[in-house]
Amino acid sequence: MLENFKIMWHQGKQYIPDVTTAIVPGIFRGRPVISTVKFDEAELLEICPTKAINATAIGSGDDENHTAQSLVSIDLGKCTFCGECASRFPEKIRFTKDYKISSNDRSRLIIREGDDSPIIMNSELIRKEIHRLFGKSLKLRQVSAGGDNSCEWELNASNNVQFDMSRFGIDFVASPRHADGIVITGPISENMAEPLEICYNAVPDPKIIILAGTDAISGGIFADSPAINRHFLSKYPIDLYVPGNPVHPLTFINGVLDLLRKV
Amino acid sequence: MKYIPVSNHQSVDLKLIPQLSYSEFRDVNVDLLFEAPERHCVNYFGVELDGELHLFSCIADDNSHEVNVSSTVVNPSVEYHSLTALNHNFENFEREISENFGIKYSDHPWLKPLRYPKNRFDQSSSIANHPFLRASGEELHEVGVGPIHAGIIEPGHFRFIANGEQIMHLEMQFGYQHRGIEDLFLKKRKLIERITLAENIAGDTTVGHTTAFVNLWENLSGFIPDYSLDFSRTVALELERIAIHTGDLAAICADIAYQLGNSVYGRLRTPIVNFMQEWGGNRLAKGLIRAGGINFPFTSELSLRLLEILKAFEAGFNEMSGKFFKLPSALSRMEKTGVIKYDQALEIGTVGNSAKMSGLMRDIRISHPFNLYKTAIQHTPIIKHHGDVYSRVQLRREEIWQSIGYLRTLMKSLPDSTTPPNWQLVPEPDKFIISLVEGWRGEICHCAITDSKGELEIYKIKDPSFHNWMALAQAVRNNDISDFPICNKSFNLSYCGFDL
Ligand code: SF4
Repeated sequence: MLENFKIMWHQGKQYIPDVTTAIVPGIFRGRPVISTVKFDEAELLEICPTKAINATAIGSGDDENHTAQSLVSIDLGKCTFCGECASRFPEKIRFTKDYKISSNDRSRLIIREGDDSPIIMNSELIRKEIHRLFGKSLKLRQVSAGGDNSCEWELNASNNVQFDMSRFGIDFVASPRHADGIVITGPISENMAEPLEICYNAVPDPKIIILAGTDAISGGIFADSPAINRHFLSKYPIDLYVPGNPVHPLTFINGVLDLLRKV
Repeated sequence: MKYIPVSNHQSVDLKLIPQLSYSEFRDVNVDLLFEAPERHCVNYFGVELDGELHLFSCIADDNSHEVNVSSTVVNPSVEYHSLTALNHNFENFEREISENFGIKYSDHPWLKPLRYPKNRFDQSSSIANHPFLRASGEELHEVGVGPIHAGIIEPGHFRFIANGEQIMHLEMQFGYQHRGIEDLFLKKRKLIERITLAENIAGDTTVGHTTAFVNLWENLSGFIPDYSLDFSRTVALELERIAIHTGDLAAICADIAYQLGNSVYGRLRTPIVNFMQEWGGNRLAKGLIRAGGINFPFTSELSLRLLEILKAFEAGFNEMSGKFFKLPSALSRMEKTGVIKYDQALEIGTVGNSAKMSGLMRDIRISHPFNLYKTAIQHTPIIKHHGDVYSRVQLRREEIWQSIGYLRTLMKSLPDSTTPPNWQLVPEPDKFIISLVEGWRGEICHCAITDSKGELEIYKIKDPSFHNWMALAQAVRNNDISDFPICNKSFNLSYCGFDL
């Protein structure tokens, strides 16, 4: 018994007191900032493994200088956070340590050139009942559908003694019957399409869907694989997109907390 | 010559691989494994080359430190004798060949679909109708678990035949995670795309699989990595081992309802994965390993930081382990539970910790050394003999100690410079290459063949789980069904690494 106390004493305080303001160590790749420095975008577009970088023309190239102007953007729903763009073009793209990159509005995951504002929820899209019903207690059923066990790993970590997500009443449960919603990871392999749908149907109404990780949001590097089937996603409303490869526990926890907030 | 010996991640001309008649091929490969525990099949696969179906068999010889490669050409309309009938090491490989190409075997004992890939030969086979072994009899019942499991884990289906509480038989069905990843390696032509794929084969083994890929790709392209690259890969591999092993100890504690162990091991993992992030920006080391260079040099500040983290980790780890490994209630759950004996391990062909737990030496770090495992690190594998949950748990504890030691050794000789990744690496034409890496689960094997233009003809991936799942199925026999979770966790095998 005494030994147990000693071990516990030696652990000290492990939990992160405030998960909304904690600072992650090192060089985390969170929300990117794209500078307005101009140069040939073709090379930048070429290095991205998942076509997450886009350049939209804003000038026709017929102006006085005959230069076509374009605006660069990064879609965090497609980005695998490989960091290659920032490593090669540090003057154009920089990743900040801002891990609050979830949104319920898919279009808000697109970061535009010159924009350094936080990613936030679109309160108009949040269903009214979410705060009322789930604000104090949210039980989630996780479904890995072709996930590579990295997002699954981080979702497990969300409930370790450091991140301690259950303190907010957010828990993962075993049975869909006990759940208020599902969290999908992975690009949705064809062989999981049916089990996923069965699981979703087993969750009582009203319910929410959270897509965790780049693979779930867009298919990621698997987006054009014939072995995936993302039909499910076009049938039901998505309540939250949590980017990351894998998602960081703080990204997930903050995303869900923002979704549950009173609007 | 009936086969050609090749070294780990050293390409050879494809035409040098002997092509045998099927019966000779079968005899040669079965003979190689006969009464030779130092040899094991690291890969055996089919590939269509010039309109013909070629089979390549790769038998590693741990004494000669080489892999013996041979090939044959088969005709899908002919029925063949299987290699599995003579040696079970080939079971899954032949099931895969049959599933992908429609090869029929007259005497394969368990010729069922393996993973229901999208492009399987028999499109009428369906994952929802797997031909499970059925049992009849009043005292027996079946228990089906999955594909979706209770916890946050990957999908797969387990079908038990039980007599009361006792498991008589367990059959596993995979394929739910199939993402067509091997095909994507051919379709996606850019190196960054392929590296991203390698990082996503199994996210818990990001370093292991990506290292196998870059070691292969660099040699195939005639690039010789410098010390800094070997260094960073070796450091990352050992960090991954510590992190996952520690997390596994936490999960095993959870499965036996030992809350203190679960919390303490769980929190001990965090500084290790956070260090990965400090180094490369990602807790699972995605983005870290690159071909021809690295974006994140291992600086002397990082080295000091790591030594500090390891010191604190070790103190906490030793204190917790001192308690856990002496706790009678924990030991009684682990000892003699889920046993695989040496002979069984050899027959199944297990690798990594699933072999070393039963006294079977399988460790690529010593048998087919790569990166710094022959130079800076003189690896001595840790071996256990009981093959039970406790052996698997002990192996983890001791491997963690060993990895800490290796990291400390490596910190004494930091690389002085690093180069950025080289995206221009172009593979040479008409080559065959095999790349072996010892990940935390065991032997990872990547294999590639290039055509006359240097394009990939095939990219073949094998996670250690491919061999080891059968060991879990055998280990749980005659155990209580309530001990399944702890058995499963103590193996901790990959689903996505199997399904590919
Ligand atoms: S970090 Fe994202 S946007 Fe940049 S190259 Fe990688 S995937 Fe593309």
